Formats: sequence, structure tokens, C-alpha cells
Amino acid sequence: MSATELTVDGLTLTAGAHRLVHDVSLTARPGEVIGLVGPNGSGKSSLLRAVYRVLRPTAGQVRVDGTDAWSLPVRRLARTVAAVVQETGADFDLTVREVVAMGRTPHKRLLDGDSAEDASLVAWALESVDAAGLADRSFDRLSGGERQRVLIARALAQRPSLLVLDEPTNHLDVRHQLTVLGILRGLPATALVALHDLNLAAYYCDRLYVLCEGQVTASGPPAEVLTEELLAEVYGVTAEVSVSPRTGAPQVSFLPGERDRPAVAVPGHSGC
Amino acid sequence: MTAAAGTAVVREHRQETPPRRRSFAVTLVVLGVLLLVSATAGMAIGSVHVPPGEVWGIVTHALGADLPDPGWSRARETIVLDVRAPRVALGAVTGAGLAVIGTAMQALVRNPLAEPYLLGVSSGASLGAVMVIVFGVSLFGPLSLPAAAFAGALLTLLLVYTTARTGGRITSVRLVLSGVAMAAVLTAVMDILLLTSDRGNEARAVLAWTLGGLGGVQWGTLWLPGLALLLGIAVLLVQARSLNLLLAGEEAATTMGLDVARFRARMFVLLSLVTGVLVAAAGPIGFVGLMLPHVVRLFVGGDHRRVLPAAALAGAVFLIWADIAARTVAAPMEIPVGVLTALCGGPFFLWLMRRDARRTVHRGVA
Repeated sequence: MSATELTVDGLTLTAGAHRLVHDVSLTARPGEVIGLVGPNGSGKSSLLRAVYRVLRPTAGQVRVDGTDAWSLPVRRLARTVAAVVQETGADFDLTVREVVAMGRTPHKRLLDGDSAEDASLVAWALESVDAAGLADRSFDRLSGGERQRVLIARALAQRPSLLVLDEPTNHLDVRHQLTVLGILRGLPATALVALHDLNLAAYYCDRLYVLCEGQVTASGPPAEVLTEELLAEVYGVTAEVSVSPRTGAPQVSFLPGERDRPAVAVPGHSGC
Repeated sequence: MTAAAGTAVVREHRQETPPRRRSFAVTLVVLGVLLLVSATAGMAIGSVHVPPGEVWGIVTHALGADLPDPGWSRARETIVLDVRAPRVALGAVTGAGLAVIGTAMQALVRNPLAEPYLLGVSSGASLGAVMVIVFGVSLFGPLSLPAAAFAGALLTLLLVYTTARTGGRITSVRLVLSGVAMAAVLTAVMDILLLTSDRGNEARAVLAWTLGGLGGVQWGTLWLPGLALLLGIAVLLVQARSLNLLLAGEEAATTMGLDVARFRARMFVLLSLVTGVLVAAAGPIGFVGLMLPHVVRLFVGGDHRRVLPAAALAGAVFLIWADIAARTVAAPMEIPVGVLTALCGGPFFLWLMRRDARRTVHRGVA
């Protein structure tokens, strides 16, 4: 597993007449963990879908180590880029081990069997997400959190040098949220992660991109990006941002119902 | 009666077997043995009963075994070799083919209720074949019938698929309703064609065929369904990994290296081809492609590398028994085998639908 450089350049995505993402540029240097934050419907998922080659750009490019991702065959790209998407599969009686083993597919030729290397990679991936004990369980019968960890293990089994994750901490309890993001930090691979939890984003990401209405409104290290002004502007909420004395990361505390701060008044929320 | 014996064996096996992988080999062996037993029964049972030992004598003799003077009559040899054996062979090929097609179709449209008959694909194939008969077209000689059936199947499959798909998703309800509506229209057109046809006698023969039946088949016409089945199984087995990926969802499959649109288009052509050939040979036989894949998954899990071979064997066994029942239950009358498969398949369909609804509810709560 190595690390890849991701460059998103002037990306515009549309669905019919509806504009999802407009002229977004973003870079992830090899090994960086890049967080994508922003309100619901701000275009995070659309941007990720363009990176993992499901949503074709209307304009702009997604480059993986300098090569246009959309010029590569799907299979070639899948050896470099793995994704954890929000869609769930159908019920078809697969064991957890079988689901994770799917991640090996892009590395297989048509008639290849499963090798010992595949088996050990699958075991390693399951181990990494603290799910080794689930290997022989039926995937259909798992809880939401267990499923999510297994899907992350599947992406790890793909041995990607760029991981794209759409809200990977959804459905997870606190401990597993930390586990999953800790894994991302520990991997040599580059990671692009859409996150809702700003405190997790602040702690685990090297840099953040804030999306609002399909455009990047701010980007940079968490400490520079996560300001009270920005939260008011983008999310329309009042919050207090401090620096955690223990971790050194910015810490966001939301102040619902606080009305004595006219500078960041919520009612006049103008968006971005 | 005999069919019940067949399912009893399967049920017993289910209770004893530990889940999944290890049971794959066991399942294949059991199904292989069942297939031999079923084929023997298919050649033994009928208006003239031929003991199993004699069936084997006749068959091995015909295959070139140098036996001492056979103790059976010419008439019995003819019944076994020229009447029953090809019928059993067509039953096995059709059953295997339908089960394999159903398995793949369920993965391709990502829906457990998919099946050539329920989706109207068999009706499309039938209409194609009927048009050839009624209008007397023979553009491709003896291959006109299967060729037209293939075209009808492919058109119907594409139409039902695009109708059922909205916003990248296919709901069960929409899929099945599209299939049923399509089948109704196609069948109506077919009925009109048959009722207004000048060739009255042929029309009646065709009407019997549209209910699905294996009677009257001869060795000479079996090569085509056999070939189509082999082609279908071979290609699907090679593509088993890709079929597996589709279980993860279309986006996920793409991120794991599958060009979903292209793959699905190719597979649709393949499935229509096999369906067309089988329907041309045996008429539209429903629910085999629905039931057998699901039954088989209970034993071997969902990995297509295991489901496909097991479903093929199970489908063959099932249709051989269904055909035995079809020609013995109301003897000397013969019931179209499609009527019998629908009799088992309808309730199975309802059970499957309710099971899926329960799972969805369960998932929602979790």
C-alpha cells in the first residue's frame, strides 16, 4: 500500500439542470487525510462520487497521480482507489468474509481463485476494524455499525493508495468512530473523508475543505478553518471554538438557544 | 408422490449440514446423486413401467456396453431411449438453464424476485416464436424459432428493466408489476395472433406449447438447448466474481472495478439468448428460475461460484420430477409442466415477498 496524490481541478457536477458542485478544486498530497465537511446537501457525496468514478464531471478533472481518473479503465482505477459508499447492497446470503474478499476482485484475473495472500489480507482487514470475530457471520444479519466496519474492511482489502469514504462514522458508536478514523491515520494511503462530526474532523484530518452549496468556502488546517464565524456562516449555528488542552485540536461546542451574540446572529443566516 | 420424496431428501440434508463452504461439496454430491436417481425415475415411470435396473441396462447397452443378451423387448427399448430419455434430457437442460438464468438475473437487477417468467421475458420469447409460426417466417431455417424467441426475450427484458428503473433504483414492486403488465400485453397479442390465424391446427398445438411442456421432444433437436445451456453456464461461471460484486450495490461494484452498465448489457444479451432457446424448445416454464436459486442459497450461501453449479443441478432435478408428475398425476391425461411449476412457484413467490418485507422492516428498526 502506497500513497497517491489526488487533484480535483475546477470540478463541476450537474444532475439534469441542477448544479451539485461548482468549480471545486482540491488537492490531497500523498499520505494526507483530508476532511470534507459541510451541511447536508452541500455536495460532499457528489464530489466523492466523482472521485470514485460514478458521477461523470460536467467540467473539470479528477486526477489520481496526475492521470485523469475518467480516462482509466474502471478496474485499473479500482486497484488504486477504494471507496466506502453510503449505498447498501441487497440481501443475498454472503458471509462477512465473502463480503470483504470482494475487495480483492480488481486484483484478480477472470479465472483466478482465492490465494493464501487474499485470505491473509482479508483477515488483516477484518482485524484492523476490530471485526475478526464477525468473519463467519451472515452479512445480512449484522447491525448497522457492524456492517459499516465490514465495508471499511472491504475497502482496506482492496489495498488502495487512495481511500474515499462517505461518512464512514455513520451508525458507529464512539469507540468505533475513533477506531475507524484511527485506522485511516495509521495507513500510508491518502484519504478523502466526508464527515459530519466537526470535532472528529478537527482531530483526525490534516486539512479540511468546507463545502457549502456546491462550492468550497474555506480550506486549510482545522485550526484555521473551524472558526466561530465560519460555523455561523455555513451552518447557521452559534458555537464556541476552543483549543483542547489535551489534544491541541480545535474543539467545537455548539450553543443552541444562545441569543446574545448579534455578530453571528442565526436568523439572518445568509448561507455562503 | 414421487416429487415429495425428492424434497424430503433435500430437507433432511438441510438439517444435518453445517453452514456454507464445507457444505458446498456435500451439496454438489447429493445433487449429483439426486440427478442420477431422478433421470432413472424419469425413464422408468410412466404408463409402461420399466424397472430401474432395466433402464440402466438399456441405457448402458445403448452407450456401447457389451452386455449379454438383453432381457427386454424392442418396444421397451424404444420407450426408454426414444421417448423418455430425450424428454428427461430436455427437462434437465431446461431446469438447469432456467435456474442459472434466474440466479444471474436476480444479481443483475439486484432483486430477489427476478426470474425470466415473472419479468415477462419468457412471454416475449413466446411471442417471438409464435410470430414465426403464425406468419410462417423462416429466415434462418430451423433456427428461426429460437432466433425470434431470443429477439423477443431481449426486447422484453430491456423494456421491463428500463420501465422499472427510476433514479438508479429498482423496487421489487415496480419490477414485478412491469413484468406482469408486460407479460399480460405480450400474451394478449399472442392470443390474438393464434385465434385469428388461418392455421387452426397449428395454433392449437402452439397454445399447448405456450403452457410449457416437454412432450414430443426428439434427440435431433436437443443439441441447441444443450449448447445454449453449456454456453450460459460457462460464461456465467467465468463472470461469477462480477456477479458477486453486483450484490454489493452498483456504486460499490464500480469502486471495485466493475463497469456495471457494460457488464449488465452483455449479460442481458446472454440471458436472453439462453431464455429464447429454452423457451423455443420447452415453452415458457415459470418459477423454476425463482425457486431453485433461493433454495440453493440456503445451503451454499450467496457466492455465485457456488450458487451457479448447485442451482443448475437442483433445477435439473426439480424439472425432471415436475415432468414426471405432469405426465402421471392425471394419467392418461398429461398436464403441461408449466402449470405444475406455477402451482409450487406461486406460493413460494408469496413467501419470498413476505420474507423480504419482514427483513426490510427489521432493517429499518435496527
